Amino acid sequence: MEHLWLIPALPLAGFALNGTVGKRLPQIAVSLIAVAMPVLSFLWVLKTLSSLGSLETAYIERYFTWIESGALNIGVDFMVDRLTAVMLLVVTGIGSLIHLYAVGYMAHEGGYYRFFAYLNLFMFFMLTLVLGANYLLMFVGWEGVGLCSYLLIGFYFVRKSAADAAKKAFIVNRIGDFGYTLALFLMFVQFGSLDFGKVFAAVAPMPVEHSAGLLTAIALLLFVGATGKSAQIPLYVWLPDAMEGPTPVSALIHAATMVTAGVYMVARSAVIYQHAPLAMEVVAIIGLLTAVLAATIGITQYDIKKVFAYSTVSQLGYMFLACGVGAFAAGIYHVVTHAFFKALLFLGAGSVIHALEGEQDLRQMGGLRKKIPITFAVLCCAWVAIAGIPPFAGYFSKDEILLAAHHHHPWMYWVGVVTAAMTAFYVSRAMFLCFFGQYRGHHHPHESPFIMWGPLAVLAALSLFGGWYFKVPNYLAPLFPLAEGGHEMALVAISVAAGVLGIGVAYVLYVVKPGLADSIASALGGFYKLVYNKYLVDELYDAAVVRPIVHGSRSLLWRVVDVGLIDGCVNGTATLARGVGGVLRAFQSGNIRNYAAWVTLGSVAVLVVLGIAVGGAR
Amino acid sequence: MDARFIPEPVHLIRFAPELLLTVFATLIMVLDPLTKEGEKHRLGILALVGLLAAAWGAAVAAANPGTAFSDMLLVDGFATFFRYLSILVGVLTLACSFAYLKREQADSGEYYALLLFSIAGQCVMVSANELIMIFIGLEISSIASYVLAGYLRDDKRNNESALKYFLLGSFATAFLLYGIAWIYGITGSTNLAEIQRVLSNRDIAPSVNLIGASAALMFVGFAFKVSAAPFQVWAPDVYQGAPAPVSAFLSAGPKAAAFAIFLRVYITAFEPIADQWQAVLWASALATMIVGNFAALLQSNIKRLLAYSSIAHAGYVLVAVTTHSQIGTAAAMFYLAAYAFMNVGAFAVVTHFARQGERYVNIEDLAGLGQRQPVTAALLSIFLLSFIGVPLTAGFFGKFYIFKAALDANLVWLTVLGLLNSAVAAYYYLRIIVVMYFHEPSESVADLQSPAPGIQAVLWASAAATLILGVFPSWVLDFAGKAALK
Repeated sequence: MEHLWLIPALPLAGFALNGTVGKRLPQIAVSLIAVAMPVLSFLWVLKTLSSLGSLETAYIERYFTWIESGALNIGVDFMVDRLTAVMLLVVTGIGSLIHLYAVGYMAHEGGYYRFFAYLNLFMFFMLTLVLGANYLLMFVGWEGVGLCSYLLIGFYFVRKSAADAAKKAFIVNRIGDFGYTLALFLMFVQFGSLDFGKVFAAVAPMPVEHSAGLLTAIALLLFVGATGKSAQIPLYVWLPDAMEGPTPVSALIHAATMVTAGVYMVARSAVIYQHAPLAMEVVAIIGLLTAVLAATIGITQYDIKKVFAYSTVSQLGYMFLACGVGAFAAGIYHVVTHAFFKALLFLGAGSVIHALEGEQDLRQMGGLRKKIPITFAVLCCAWVAIAGIPPFAGYFSKDEILLAAHHHHPWMYWVGVVTAAMTAFYVSRAMFLCFFGQYRGHHHPHESPFIMWGPLAVLAALSLFGGWYFKVPNYLAPLFPLAEGGHEMALVAISVAAGVLGIGVAYVLYVVKPGLADSIASALGGFYKLVYNKYLVDELYDAAVVRPIVHGSRSLLWRVVDVGLIDGCVNGTATLARGVGGVLRAFQSGNIRNYAAWVTLGSVAVLVVLGIAVGGAR
Repeated sequence: MDARFIPEPVHLIRFAPELLLTVFATLIMVLDPLTKEGEKHRLGILALVGLLAAAWGAAVAAANPGTAFSDMLLVDGFATFFRYLSILVGVLTLACSFAYLKREQADSGEYYALLLFSIAGQCVMVSANELIMIFIGLEISSIASYVLAGYLRDDKRNNESALKYFLLGSFATAFLLYGIAWIYGITGSTNLAEIQRVLSNRDIAPSVNLIGASAALMFVGFAFKVSAAPFQVWAPDVYQGAPAPVSAFLSAGPKAAAFAIFLRVYITAFEPIADQWQAVLWASALATMIVGNFAALLQSNIKRLLAYSSIAHAGYVLVAVTTHSQIGTAAAMFYLAAYAFMNVGAFAVVTHFARQGERYVNIEDLAGLGQRQPVTAALLSIFLLSFIGVPLTAGFFGKFYIFKAALDANLVWLTVLGLLNSAVAAYYYLRIIVVMYFHEPSESVADLQSPAPGIQAVLWASAAATLILGVFPSWVLDFAGKAALK
C-alpha cells in the first residue's frame, strides 16, 4: 500500500480545520495550515512516485465498495499511472506555489480563513478527480471542483458582478455535466461498469467506428462535459467572467488546473476516442475554432485579467486540438507548460494589480517596468514562454501540437500558426501597455512582498526551462506512443517566426507608434467593435436561450404550471391528506376498550383472509 | 439423561451476551439499596459496562456460530446483527437517560436494570430458533418495557402509557401464543426449521386453512409489536406518554427485535406458504404507511408525531418483509439500523428540549431553535432529512434498498404507493425544520441550556452514523447481506 488516499486527504484536513475553527484562529495559523497541506500532499506525491518506480503499468489501490446495486458496482479506488503522475505533480506542485502566493496576496482581505478553506477543498476535489479509477469517482471530483470554482468566483459575493459570474459558471457547467452524466449512463448500459480498466478493456477489441455509433456518442457526450469544464465553444462564456474571483483563484483554478480537467479526461479516455475518429475530428475542430476565436477577442481586451482569461481559453483550444489529432501526449505536455506560464502570467498580473491597489485596466498602467522590476522580470519569462520562443516552455509543447496538426490536416497547422502569432501579439500588447511607455494611472506602485514574488521566481524558472527539462511526451510514451518521424525544421521555423512576428507587430503598434493601434481599430470599425464585444456571444445566448427560458418560466411555468397546476394539486392533495389524517385521528380515541376492539377486529380480518379466503381458494 | 441436554461450554459462549446482561442487571439490583441517593448514576455506568461486555460477548458468540441448548438458540449472522443493534440502541438510550433521570430526580438502579433485562430479552428473541424461545424472549423484553414506560410512578402520562402498553401488549401476545399452540398442534414441533420441513412436505400436507389460521394468529402478535396496521393503535399513546428516552428505546430496540423474529418466523418456518401470507403483508404494509404518514400530518405534539412516524417507518420495513427475498431481508436490516440512529437522535433532541417534567413537547415550542441553538437544530435537521430519505443520509439508502427489493420482487404497486407515502411524509418533517428556522423565537427557547454531555454524545454519534450510512451504506449493507436469511 502506498496510501494514495493521503494525497487528497491532507488538503481535506486543511479544509476541515480552517473551515470549522479557522475563524477563531490567528491569521498565521490559518496560513500555516492552508499552505502546509498542499505542500505535504506534494511531498507525498513525490514519495509515492519514487517508490512506485517506473510505473509502466497502472498502480491501483482499492479501498471499499462505495455503491453496490444490482449490476452496478462502484468502488472508491485510486489509480496512478504516468498520466496521473504528471497531473498529480502539476496540481500539487503548482497548487502549493499558488497557496504560498495567496498568503501574501490575500493578507488584507476579509474572509481569509474562508478563502483558504475553499482553496484546500478545491485541492481535495481536484486530486480526487485525477486519482479516481472510475468515471463516477472522477465525476465526484469533477463536480467538487465545480463547486469550489463557484464558491471562489463568488468569493466577493457582496459584489453583484461576482455573484452573477459565479452563477454563470455554475449553470454553464451544469450543461456540460449533463453530457458527461449521459455518457456515464451509456457506458454503464453498454459495458456494465464505469471502471477505467473494465471500460477500456471492453472498448479495445471493438472495431473502429467510421460512421456515427455508440463509441462516437459516448466520446461526444464526454466532450460536451469537457467543453463546459474546459471552456470550449460553445460553453466557454463562463471563464472570462470567472475573473471576478481573487487572482490566485484565477491562476490555480481557471488557468493551471481545473480547466485542464477536460483535457485530462479526454486523454484518459483516449481508447474510446481512438475508436471514434468522427468524435476526434469534432474535438480537433472545436479546439481549433476556440483557439482562434478566443485569441481574437484577447487582442481587443483592456482588462489585464480578461486578456489572460481569453488566452487561457485559446490555449485550452490548442490542447483539445492536440487530443483531436491524436497527439494526446502533446496535449498533456501543453497542460503542463501552460500551467507553468499561465499561472505565472496570472500571478504576475495579480502582483501588478496588487501594486496598483486593485487597478486592472491596461489603459491605466504603463511604464511599470522600473517601478516593479521583479514582477516585470518574471512576467517576461512567461511572455517568452507563451509566445513560443525557443527554448522556453511553450515552444516545445506548442510545436508538438502544431506538428501533429500538420500531420493530420495541413490547414489545421496553418490556422494554428496564425493563432500562435495572435497569441504572441496579445501577450506582447499587454506587456507593452503595462510596462512600457509612460505611467498613465494615479496610484503609487509598490513591489510585492517576497512571499508573493518567491513563488513567481520558481514559476519563472519553470516557464523558462520546464519545457526543455520535463519531456512529458517521452514519459507518457508507454500510454501514448511517440509519433513517427522527426521534426520538420521548416514547419518549426515558421511557427517560431509567427511568434516573433506577433511580438514585433505589437512592439511597433504599442511602443514605436502608440497612436497606430487606435487608428487601425477605428479603421476596422464595426468588425473591431464586434470582436471587442466578444462577438456578442453573451448577448446571443441571452437572447436565444436565457431570455426565452426566463420568459417561459415566468409566464408559463410559474403562472400556469406552478401556481395553477402544481399548487392546485398540492393544495388539493394537502387538503385531502389532512382530511384523511383527521379521520385517522378520530380512531385514536385514547380509550383502551376501543383499542382492544380494533385489535380484535383486525385479528378477525387477518384470520379470515389468511385462514379461510386465501387458504380456501387453493 | 440424554447427553444432548447437558449444555456444552460452547453453548454457553453462544449465549454469552444474554448471560452477561442478566448478570449485570442482577448485580445492579443488588447494589441499588447499597448505593446512596445522588450516586445512583454510578449504577448507570455499571450498566454501560454491562452493555459493552454484552457487545464483546456477542462478538465472541459470533466467532463460534451454531446452535445451542438442543437447537433452541441459533447464533448466525442474522442474530449477531440484531444483537449488536439492540445493544447499540441500549447504549444510546442509556447516554440519553443520565441527563433525563437527573433532571427528573428519579435516578435509581431499577431503571438501568430494567433496560438491561429488556435488551437481554431482545437478544434472546433475535437468536431464538424455536417458537417457545421467541415467546420467552418477547416476554422478557416486553415486561421490562412495560415497567420502563411507566417509570415515573407519579406522572399521570407515564401511568397511562404503561397501562395501555401492558394491557394491549398482553392481549396481542395471547394471540401469538395461541398461534404457537396451533402450529405445534399441526406440525408437532416448535423448531422453525422443523416446521418449515413439515409445511413444505406435500405428503404430510397439513390443512392449508389451519396453517393459514396459525400464521394469522402469530401475525397479530408480531404486527402488534412492530406497530403495523391494524394493530398500531397503542403506539401513539404509549410513545407520547412514556419518558422521552424510553420512547426512543421502545421505537428502536424492541421494534427491531420484533422485526427480527417476524422475519425469522415468516422467512424460515412459513416460507412454504409465502404466497398465502404475502397478500396480507402487502395490505398491512400499505395500511401501516398510510396510517402513519397521514395521521402524523395533523400532530402538534412532537413525541406523538415521532410515534406516527415510527409507525410509518415500520410500514416501509414491512414492504421489505413482504418481498421475502434475501435482498429484502438485507434491506430491512439496513433500514432498522439506519432508523435506530436517526430515531434515537431525534428523541434525544426531544429529551433535551422538553426539560423538567417534559413541559415543552409541542412542535411550536421549537420555534427559533435554529437561532438559539444552531448546532442542536442542525443535528435535528439531519435526522429529519434522513427520515424523509434525502440523499447523503442513511434514510435515503434505507428507502432505496427497500423499494429496489420490492421492485425486484415485482411489487410495483406497493413501491409506487410507498414512494407517494414518503412524499407525504416530507411535509410533516419539513414543518419542524420550518418552525425551528423560520418562526420567531418563542419564550420556550429563551431559558434553554446547552445539551447535557450524554445527550450531546448521542446527538453527534447518531448524526455521524446517519451521514456515514448515507455515504457509505455498504459498510452495514455488506454485513446485512451476508447475514440475511436465505
